[in-house]
This record gives sequence, structure tokens and C-alpha cells, in this order.
Amino acid sequence: MHSEGTARTGPGRVVVVGGGMVAHRFAEQLCARADAGDWHLTVIGEEPHLPYDRVHLSEVFDGRADADLALAPEPWADPRVDLVTGDPVVALDLAAQTVTTRAGRVEPYDALVLATGSRAWVPRTEGVDLPGVLCYRTLGDVTDLRSWVADRGSALGRPLRGAVVGGGVLGLEAAAALQKLGVAPTVVEFADRLMAVQLDAGGGEALRVLVTDLGLDVRTSAAATRVVAGDDGRVAGLDLSTGETLDADVVVYSTGIRPRDGLARAAGLVVAERGGVVVGPTCRTSDPAVWAIGECASFEGECAGLVAPGNAMADVVVDQLCGGVKGYSKAADGTKLKGVGVDAASFGDVLALTPGALEVTFADPVAKTYRKLVVSDDARVLLGGVFVGDIELYSSLRPMLGRPLGADPSAFLAPPGGAAPVQTDVPDDVVLCSCSNVSAGTVRAAVTEHGCTSVGEVKACTRAGTVCGSCVPLLTTVVNRTLEQAGIAVSSAMCEHFAMSRAELYALVRAERLRTFTEVVGAHGKGRGCAVCRPVVASILSSLGIGHVLQPDQAPLQDTNDHLLANLQKDGTYSVVPRMPGGEVTPERLLVLAEVARDFGLFTRVTGAQRIAMFGARQDQLPAIWRRLVDAGFESGQAYGKSLRAVKTCVGQAWCRFGVQDSASMAVRLELRYRGLRSPHKFKVGVSGCARECAEARGKDVGVIATEKGWNVYVGGNGGFTPRHADLLAEDLDDDRLVQVVDRFLALYVRSADRLQRTAPWVAAYPGGLEELRRVVVEDSLGIGAELDAEVERHVSGYVDEWRATLDDPEKLRRFTPYLNDPDAADPDLAYVPQRGQARPARPGEHGHHDLRVARTLEEAPL
Amino acid sequence: MTSDVVADEVRVCRLDDLLPERGAGALVGEHRIAVFRLADDRLLAVQQRDPYSGANVLSRGIVGDVDGAATVTSPMFKQVWDLATGACLDAVGKEPVDLRTYPVRLVGDEVRVAVTP
Ligand code: SRM
Ligand SMILES: Cc1cc2nc3c(=O)[nH]c(=O)nc-3n(C[C@H](O)[C@H](O)[C@H](O)COP(=O)(O)OP(=O)(O)OC[C@H]3O[C@@H](n4cnc5c(N)ncnc54)[C@H](O)[C@@H]3O)c2cc1C
Ligand code: SF4
Ligand code: FES
Repeated sequence: MHSEGTARTGPGRVVVVGGGMVAHRFAEQLCARADAGDWHLTVIGEEPHLPYDRVHLSEVFDGRADADLALAPEPWADPRVDLVTGDPVVALDLAAQTVTTRAGRVEPYDALVLATGSRAWVPRTEGVDLPGVLCYRTLGDVTDLRSWVADRGSALGRPLRGAVVGGGVLGLEAAAALQKLGVAPTVVEFADRLMAVQLDAGGGEALRVLVTDLGLDVRTSAAATRVVAGDDGRVAGLDLSTGETLDADVVVYSTGIRPRDGLARAAGLVVAERGGVVVGPTCRTSDPAVWAIGECASFEGECAGLVAPGNAMADVVVDQLCGGVKGYSKAADGTKLKGVGVDAASFGDVLALTPGALEVTFADPVAKTYRKLVVSDDARVLLGGVFVGDIELYSSLRPMLGRPLGADPSAFLAPPGGAAPVQTDVPDDVVLCSCSNVSAGTVRAAVTEHGCTSVGEVKACTRAGTVCGSCVPLLTTVVNRTLEQAGIAVSSAMCEHFAMSRAELYALVRAERLRTFTEVVGAHGKGRGCAVCRPVVASILSSLGIGHVLQPDQAPLQDTNDHLLANLQKDGTYSVVPRMPGGEVTPERLLVLAEVARDFGLFTRVTGAQRIAMFGARQDQLPAIWRRLVDAGFESGQAYGKSLRAVKTCVGQAWCRFGVQDSASMAVRLELRYRGLRSPHKFKVGVSGCARECAEARGKDVGVIATEKGWNVYVGGNGGFTPRHADLLAEDLDDDRLVQVVDRFLALYVRSADRLQRTAPWVAAYPGGLEELRRVVVEDSLGIGAELDAEVERHVSGYVDEWRATLDDPEKLRRFTPYLNDPDAADPDLAYVPQRGQARPARPGEHGHHDLRVARTLEEAPL
Repeated sequence: MTSDVVADEVRVCRLDDLLPERGAGALVGEHRIAVFRLADDRLLAVQQRDPYSGANVLSRGIVGDVDGAATVTSPMFKQVWDLATGACLDAVGKEPVDLRTYPVRLVGDEVRVAVTP
């Protein structure tokens, strides 16, 4: 080993070559290791982007911005991490332990991790270098594809035709992408069926029928023999081995990938026969200071083509660098088609090549589904499965690979649609979650021995289901059955569209990095949603920093309050409640409020939460009102959101003769920190300057009360229907520690509370009670503190004032038009009557005036 | 239907003026109408007035489905209606009140609503 100089106490200088998905995982895991000792990490990537989610690349064609593909940016904000983008490593010197980039940067390392991934491989065929022949692997490829299609489309002045060479999962994804660009694609596949590696003949045929229905043209048993140029030297067609020539204005090759092992090869590292840097279970290469992970690594002669094995390798190397002994082993993998709009998945011995293997097939030509199980000669042990059109069984059966099924195989397939799949008791030693390597027994123990009462808790406790998420349906079954057996009732269905609770859905969305309602409902629900689940999904996406409430694709999910950023009143108008941190307002700003209220005739009052609300604003008036408020320095008070309302406080030490801390300044700090944070229900905070408690902090979700030595923090208070005083969580904290404890408390609440569950019932029902909550939040017993901190930090750094952002965007302002065919018309049915110098909505039988400004000047009817 | 329905058809907006899976208001003579565009670009229209609160707010409700039928939920007190038939599917403990529906269709990129007295 390299042991020159003084002994290190940690991994030292770590350099990662490659800034892809697995490099990101590595950085994330290293940052999360509290026991790592000293280290500094430099990640050097060739692509110009922040490391992004290649798996979901195709979503840029569903309207997702390129930048939204970026993987969680927290590691790059860590002071111990440097990220270099747009500068490939061109040389590796094993003796000097340095790497050199193209720009001339020389980076010495104590440990080097190669995570260079793979490249798209294109066979040598005449014409593949013509303009218009492209690959589908990187954001750069996507940009090229888009601009080629746009330019070609306008040059030719007609809809384009395209060809995709390769009918595997990625080829089909590329074909779907072409379709979304308005190009009619033909898929050319050398083998006799689509997804030839993963599907048998029956499955391939079923898939062909399904994708043809979607408008994809398919040629199987056909090779692309030549790309044909048109008169202008651009691609115009594709010759096939069948003699046919396809017209094609764009050709995408998706004929496989090859590991990027060039750097390693040149440096003299051992490289496998079929390519890839050779590693064993430790992921170390032939040089002990160099490791290789992800698609560039060859383990047992094979390079993985999926992200899960790469992530597992990243975890192994982090563990090894921190002195651990974790090893990598190949997990049973399966493949699932995505992004095409058709379901297909398989695992194990799909072709029944095992001697004596039996196949049980259920094909339904009407429903266009095909399902097959491969079992051992005695029909007992599961050897593989193929599912097309209906893949419900995929996730529950995949972990049973190599195991006794426990029931007749046909019983699994018999009910059309798989409505009630046979219940099998997964043996304890079966690995249920291959990503996190958690067995069914461990999951059961989480319920029976560690008191977990929901899938979400089991996930937090065991990490099962937190990576790719494909095991979650089975995990849910096992957890719920174990709960039932333990006599614990579980009904957590949110509505007819989602069978799980908000907390479970939150964990799934987070783990699977789902981005849109369509994805969420596609993966875990059914139908198109409703007024219950849509806002929940919107709130989850917003809490996770994925979908901002203002994003266009969020619009259908928001109830009217979040859609128009104001709270609906009984007559269809809205209230306007600007933020007023600490209940403070300068005379100048107060004047602005007064002028706005006067000019629009708004009913004005001081609310129960120390701020000023103005009522009666029409939908069409909201932008004009907020323009003036924003220009005067006000921002949204989120009185409409399931989010922080206000932080109530007292004057505190600044003025009060009893105050022992500056409660108002702390209140302002907390309000500016949590403003806009979307949560399962609204939450409120209070800060009092001493134990006299003038701010009624213990009636709030988070109550902070000053002491001689610092702050006491109380949680789970509530006014409202069931008042509850908050419980003491921690004592005598200094300012920063207070903020940290509140951060963690709120982040945990956001993660795990139910829909519309305030903190009071959530704290009351917390498994293990307040004691356990204190251990988790204050003592960080689960080791998730840093993760929770990061979640709040991401919120804080991503905060934008929703009203300012809306006013700056003409597209968003369109939603404030009440009557599309008459944009200047206001609601003709509004009516107001005067009341104590202002105006309120007329009651039935009262005769009112439609204009608030006029109504307040009318003579008031005698009481 | 007879041809006078077509004669009463009024252009209310372009398809692009409508956000998928959301509603918008239209004023046609005395009629206050809530027009909805679904994810598959299907168009449906019902009365804008929420019968339970009396406020003209139904276009601002959340669109969804009950057993596959497209629905809107009132933003006021959360009653649910079938958008195609106007039938009240969930009256939230009140007497069910159905909504009036209006024929609506796309002509070119124009959204047209037919109003019969
Ligand atoms: C405006 C205000 C009354 C006022 O004129 O003073 C008010 C008005 C509403 N409250 Fe409140 N609450 C207001 C302070 C309170 C307080 C006092 C406080 O915050 O210190 C409480 C008790 C403390 C608490 O929440 O624990 C309070 C407990 C509720 C509840 C019961 C919550 C519960 O857990 O039981 C609801 C119903 C709900 O949220 O589901 C509610 C709901 C509402 C809603 C949002 C009802 C609705 O959906 O339309 C009202 C409309 C607000 C609007 O148009 O902006 N409001 N509400 C106060 C606004 C404060 C602000 O500036 O943001
Ligand atoms: C369209 C598409 C869909 C996919 N869908 C799925 C799926 O559903 N499920 C699944 O499991 N997998 C899927 N994959 C595969 C998945 O993306 C890869 O398994 C994963 O990205 C591998 O991660 P990696 O870090 O090893 O490689 P990469 O993500 O490719 O990252 C390697 C990075 O290293 C950079 N690099 C290379 N050489 C150098 C150098 N010398 N210096 C600096 N940087 C360098 C590259 O530019 C690249 O950015 C899909 C891939 C694509 C293209
Ligand atoms: S809580 Fe204490 S510091 Fe605040 S106003 Fe009351 S007495 Fe003064
Ligand atoms: S198998 Fe991927 S998270 Fe469990």
C-alpha cells in the first residue's frame, strides 16, 4: 500500500474521474459518512453539465428542462468537495499518483476512482458519419437531436421521418423521443424481436403489437447496411439487409454501449477482454490506489449496463475507503422498459435455457398482455419471468428468483389482469431489496422488533426500497402482512387513486426521484387523480425541491389557493396577506398597504397571527395588487399554502424589561428560513422573549422560549379544533443549534406526516413517543441528521418569492384571467355592502354594489 | 341535434389558452361557463356557479377522475361532479345538486361552446 509520509486518518485526497450518475452516488455517500476521517474529494467530469440523471434523459422531451435532470446538488455544496465540469482527464500517472486534464489541471490523489461510464457504440457501416446520424446517451446528444430535427424540419418544410437502429430498451426509448419531436420513427432490429436480450419470442411479439399501436414502425430480422446521403450530403435514407430502403431524415444508432476504459488502458491497468477495467469484489483495480465503479468497471468479465450495480459499487468503495469491509456481489437484475408508454419487463432465465425448465405462459391477445413464468422441472422453483403489457407481477416475483414459489405457477398468471395475485410468504432469507441488500427477515424484524408501523418507517429503518424503488410493492406487501399478523391495523389509502399514505408516497417519490404527477401516478397509483391526491403530490414534489408550485406542469395539481397564490373567500374573491416577519412593519410600508387597500377597496384587518390581511381581491386584480406590494418590498405570506404561516413573537429583549433574549430577531430569522416550505399541513412558529410567554409559543407547532442560557424548544402545539400545548424537546440551545434542531424536526415532519396532519397529532403518534423523537431529532440516533439538514438547506437556497416570480412571467399571469372570451370582464355577480367603514360580501337578500370601493361609501343599514 | 345549436355556438378562446387538466371561465350572454381541457385535449363545459356556495368558481376546481370519469371538485366545499354529465358524485353530506353542462368542441384551434337558452 502507499504509505509514504505520516499515517492518514481518513481517505485523504480522493479523485473521481467522470462526473456521471455513479460518481454522484459516490460523492453523496462519502459526504454522508460521519466516520470517514479526513478527506477531500475532487470530481472531474468531461460533460459541461452538473452530474445529471441519465436514466431519465428522455424526460426532456416531456417538457422537463435540461437543468432539472441535475442530480441532488448537495455534495457540490460540501466544502470538502470540488467539482470540475467540462474538462476531461486525459492522462493518468500511476507512479506519480496524479491525473491531468485537457485544460492542464494536475490533480494528485491518494485514492483514485474511475467512473467514466460507457459510450454509445456504433458499428462500422457506410454512411454513419453523415450529418444527421446521431446517438442517444448524453444531454449533448439530446441537444444535437433537437436542433437537427428543428433545422431539418424547417429546411425541408415537411414532417420528418426517422430511423432508429437497435430495438433494445434504449432504442425504443429513442424512438419514443423522436415521436415526441414530431418525427415518425421506424425501429430496425437485427434480431427477430424487440428487446431481444430480455424477451422471448412471445414477449417480443406482444411488445411489437403494443408499440405499433403507438405509431412506431418496426422491422425485425433486418440489419442496417448503409446510411444513404441525399443530394445535399445529409442523411436521407437507410438501406436494410432485406433489400428495403427506408426514407429517413434522421438516424439514431442505439446498438449497444462500450465501457470507457481508454484512460485505464493507456495507464497500464488490467482491462478485460470484452472491455472494462477489471475489478474484484472490493472494486479495486490492478493498482491498489485505483478503484473503478459503474459501467466502466468489469466484474466477473461483465460490465453492468444499469445504474443499480454502479451505485452498489460506489457504496462499496466509500466503505472500503473508510476502513470498512463491504464487498460487491452481483445482484439478480431484471430489466424494465420505460419512457415508451408500454410496459415490458423480465428477469432471470427468460428463454428457459436451464435444463428441464418449464414455461407457464398466459397470453391475452385482447388485452394485449403476455406473461410467462419459467420454473424448474418440478414446477416449484422460479427461474425467470417475462411480462409485457401487464407487469404487476414483475416486482413481487423478481426477488423470488431461484426460490420455491410456494404455489402453482399458473395460479399467479390465471386471474386476468393479475387482480389478486397469489399471496406467497417470502422466506426470511430472500433478499427483498437488492439495491440495499435487505432480506425479508430484516424487514419483518423492523416491524416485530423495532416497532415500525408503516412502510415509510421500515424504509427509514432498513434502507430497503430507498434506491431504485422497484422492490417497494413487495416491501409494502411484506410490511403490511407482518403488521396484520402482529394485530396492527393498516389502512393508509389516500384516495381511490393511491393505496398508500402521504408519508409512504413521499418516500417513494424521493427514492425514485419521480418528477411529475404522471410519473407518480404511473408508478404508484391509478387514474388521473383527484382533489385529494393531486395537491398532495404537488406538495411532495415541492418539498423535495423538484416541482416548484409555479412550474407549469404543477398547475393541474394545485388547488385554487396555490394556483393563484391567494386564499379563496366565500364569494370567489381572494385575500392578500403579505409576509410581515416578526409582526414588524415600517411606517413607509404600512403606508403602501394602506394605499393599496384604499385603491382597491379591500377589507383590511389585523389577523390572529400578527400581520395584515386584505380581503375581497378579485382574481383579475391579484397581479396589479401584488405588483405594488412587491415593488414596495413585500413578499408572499403563504397564507394560502400548506406551509409556514407566520412566526409569532413578542418585542423581547429589544424593548421589554423582562426579556432575556432577542426573540424578535430570532423570529425573523426563523420566518425567513422556513418561508415557502411546503409541508403536509400548515405550520406555525412562536418565539417568546422569556417564560412569561407573551407570544403564546407553546400553542404553535414549534414554540421557542428564551432562557438565561439560550432557547428552549417545544414541539407539537396547536390552537384550532383540538388545542394542545407543545412539549419540551430540547433546552438551553444556542442560536445555531436551535435552528438545527428546528430544521431537523420540520424536515422529519415533512417526510413522514400524513396528509393534513398537523404536528400535534404527528408528535402524539410518533412511534416511541417524544423520547424517541428527541433521540432522532436532537441526538441524531438514526444518523439522518445531515440528510435532514441538507433538505432544509436546499429549500433555503432554492427559495424564491412566488409572487415576484409570477409577476415576472407573462405565461403565469394568464391564469389570472377570469373570463377568457372577455379578458377585461370581472365576475358580474359580486355584491358588497358597507360595514364599519369598509365593505363585506352581501348576504342573501341584501342588495349590494359590485364595486368594493363604492360599496364602502354607501350608507350602512342600521343594525 | 338540430342546426340551431351550431348557430348559437360561440368561440370562447383558442385551445392554447387553456391549460391541460384545468378549467377557465367564459361569459356567454347570461351564461357563466366553466370550460375544461383534459390531458387528452378533450373539452368539457359546465356551469361556473357552484350551487353550494353560489360563487362563480367551478373553473378553479381540481380536475380528476372517479372510476375513470372526468370530474371537477369545487374549490369551495369540495363537492365532486362528473364533468361530462354534470352529475353530482359526492355532495359532501349535502343534497346532491347536478350541474348544467354545455356542448363544447374544437373547430380548428378554436374552442366553441354551444349555448341554448
Ligand atoms: C385570517 C385568519 C383569521 C383572522 O382574521 O385573524 C385566519 C383565517 C383562516 N383560517 Fe385560521 N386564520 C388565522 C389565524 C389562525 C389561528 C391563530 C394563529 O395562527 O395564531 C389559528 C389557531 C392556531 C393554530 O393553527 O393552531 C387558526 C386555526 C385555523 C384552523 C384550525 C387548525 C387546526 O389545527 O385545528 C383552520 C382549518 C384548517 O387549517 O384546516 C384555519 C383555517 C383558516 C382559513 C384558511 C380557512 C379557509 O380555508 O379559508 C381562513 C382563511 C385565511 C385567509 O383567507 O387568508 N385556521 N387560524 C388568521 C390568519 C393568520 C395569518 O396571518 O396567517
Ligand atoms: C436513455 C438512457 C436510458 C437509461 N435508462 C436506464 C434505466 O431505466 N435503468 C438503469 O438502471 N439504467 C439506465 N440507463 C443506464 C444508466 O444511465 C447508466 O447505467 C448510468 O448512467 C451509469 O453510470 P456511470 O456513472 O457509470 O456512467 P455515466 O453516467 O455514463 O457517467 C460517466 C461520465 O464520465 C464522463 N467521462 C468519461 N471519461 C472521462 C474522462 N476521461 N474524464 C472526465 N470525465 C469522463 C462521461 O462524460 C460521463 O459524464 C439509461 C441510459 C440511457 C442513455
Ligand atoms: S414574553 Fe417576556 S419578553 Fe416577551 S413581552 Fe412578554 S414579558 Fe416581555
Ligand atoms: S431493489 Fe432497488 S430499492 Fe429495493
